[in-house]
Amino acid sequence: MKQKVVLYFPPNVTEQPFTYYLIKDYNLMVNILKANINPRKEGRAVVEISGEKKDFTAGLDFLQSRGVKVFPLEQEIVWVEERCTHCGACSVICPAGALVLERPEMKVKFYNEKCVVCELCLKACPSRAMEARY
Amino acid sequence: MVKKTYEEINAKIRAGKAVVVTAEEVISMVREKGLEETAATVDVVTTGTFGPMCSSGVFFNLGHTKPRMRMTRVFFNGVEAYTGIAAVDAYLGATQIPETDPANKAFPGEFNYGGGHVIEELVSGKEVLLEAVSYGTDCYPRKKLEKMISLADIPYAVLFNPRNAYQNYNVAVNLSDRTLYTYMGILKPNLGNANYSTSGQLSPLFNDPFYRTIGMGTKIFLGGGVGYVAWHGTQHHPDVERGENGVPLSPAGTLAVIGDLKQMSSRWLRGVSFLGYGVSLMVGIGIPIPILDEEILKYTAVSDEEIFAPIVDYSEAYPQGTGETLGQVSYAQLRSGEITVGDRKVPTAPLSSYAGAREIASILKEWIKKGEFLLSKPVFTLPLSGEKIDYKGLI
Repeated sequence: MKQKVVLYFPPNVTEQPFTYYLIKDYNLMVNILKANINPRKEGRAVVEISGEKKDFTAGLDFLQSRGVKVFPLEQEIVWVEERCTHCGACSVICPAGALVLERPEMKVKFYNEKCVVCELCLKACPSRAMEARY
Repeated sequence: MVKKTYEEINAKIRAGKAVVVTAEEVISMVREKGLEETAATVDVVTTGTFGPMCSSGVFFNLGHTKPRMRMTRVFFNGVEAYTGIAAVDAYLGATQIPETDPANKAFPGEFNYGGGHVIEELVSGKEVLLEAVSYGTDCYPRKKLEKMISLADIPYAVLFNPRNAYQNYNVAVNLSDRTLYTYMGILKPNLGNANYSTSGQLSPLFNDPFYRTIGMGTKIFLGGGVGYVAWHGTQHHPDVERGENGVPLSPAGTLAVIGDLKQMSSRWLRGVSFLGYGVSLMVGIGIPIPILDEEILKYTAVSDEEIFAPIVDYSEAYPQGTGETLGQVSYAQLRSGEITVGDRKVPTAPLSSYAGAREIASILKEWIKKGEFLLSKPVFTLPLSGEKIDYKGLI
């Protein structure tokens, strides 16, 4: 199986290695799509993890036992439909094809399963209808 | 030949018998039934547009304080309004940003808040912080004011937009190798995308290209309420090259519009932010076109295939004002999502909401069908001849 998840690292574990163990001990393929550490030393990463289902579950259990919080990715970028004016400016900025101006309706649709959480849409949307939530 | 007057059409509207269609619907009607039969049937064609219109703003009279104050500087949520007029009058422009905004000091600036957002919040019923300062005079002694106010607390608020509803606009592209941040949105390098901003076949001035029915006093849908065309807009420039159907091939006519802000809706007045450029206001406008004769109907039946816009490079030609274009493209091609520039296929994106324009034309249609909205004959129509208009550059 293959799944994108959001990992939150509290300050006390930010400096510990995790990717190494996921690969070595749990035989998982880890693709880091985005990662950053803020000034409060909290870490946040968006990763795509693939491998056997039992390894995947065990790997995530390992992360959680060390204090890392795991969230499903679809919670991350949110399309606030009532703020969307359906102009379509986002559609040429989104590199993943997740924000699409549907034709002939000419209405914007957000396919969150395609979203790679690059966050380019957040500032490209004139009415600020895209939000990052964790 | 079909001939109708405003009075005849209004009599039908009052009786609930007027036949009203949108500028989209009329296209297939004319194709199927021809001009004469359709002109005999249809009384009004409704248009719509919903896009960022920077030249917009609100005239306020804020009411007098006790003791009185000659407000020298006025801020709404930190956004300054122009006060070089009478004591408690002020004009808040849509593109004004707070003094504290870093603008493009950290490029590209985010421009998350400004005049357009204040206008949207006031119309939605939210309270904003009003701050005013004054130097104090014998007749206006008060020097400082801070108060949370809502639109209901303000005695007078009139939306007055000096330039809206542009008749055609550029298709913006970027020939350079760096990303551009413009009022036409983000333009990716090396022809990464092409952005455009009109509602094409639904847009008001594309449907009355020679302004036969639109002028001072034309009653319109404005920001979800009722407004009027006040004058021709700034940069109104009707003398551009036109196609055989009369439709301008580059930016041409514009409208100055006015209406009471208190009856408008934040659904159709939306503060917007353009990364690296600034803030603006998306304004919803719908104009009814009375079908006085077959010629007027013919103009309203124009379709996206017959309307063309110039492709302009925003890395060089636009900022330097060279006037060069990279050719013309139809709104049908633009709306398909991809155009060809030279030998390159370039994805397109609108900044103006076609879905919003379609909805406005439908709302206006319903208002007229129900007899709630009568048409007004303009005092005079928009100027068509360049003799009355000076369009020279500054330097």
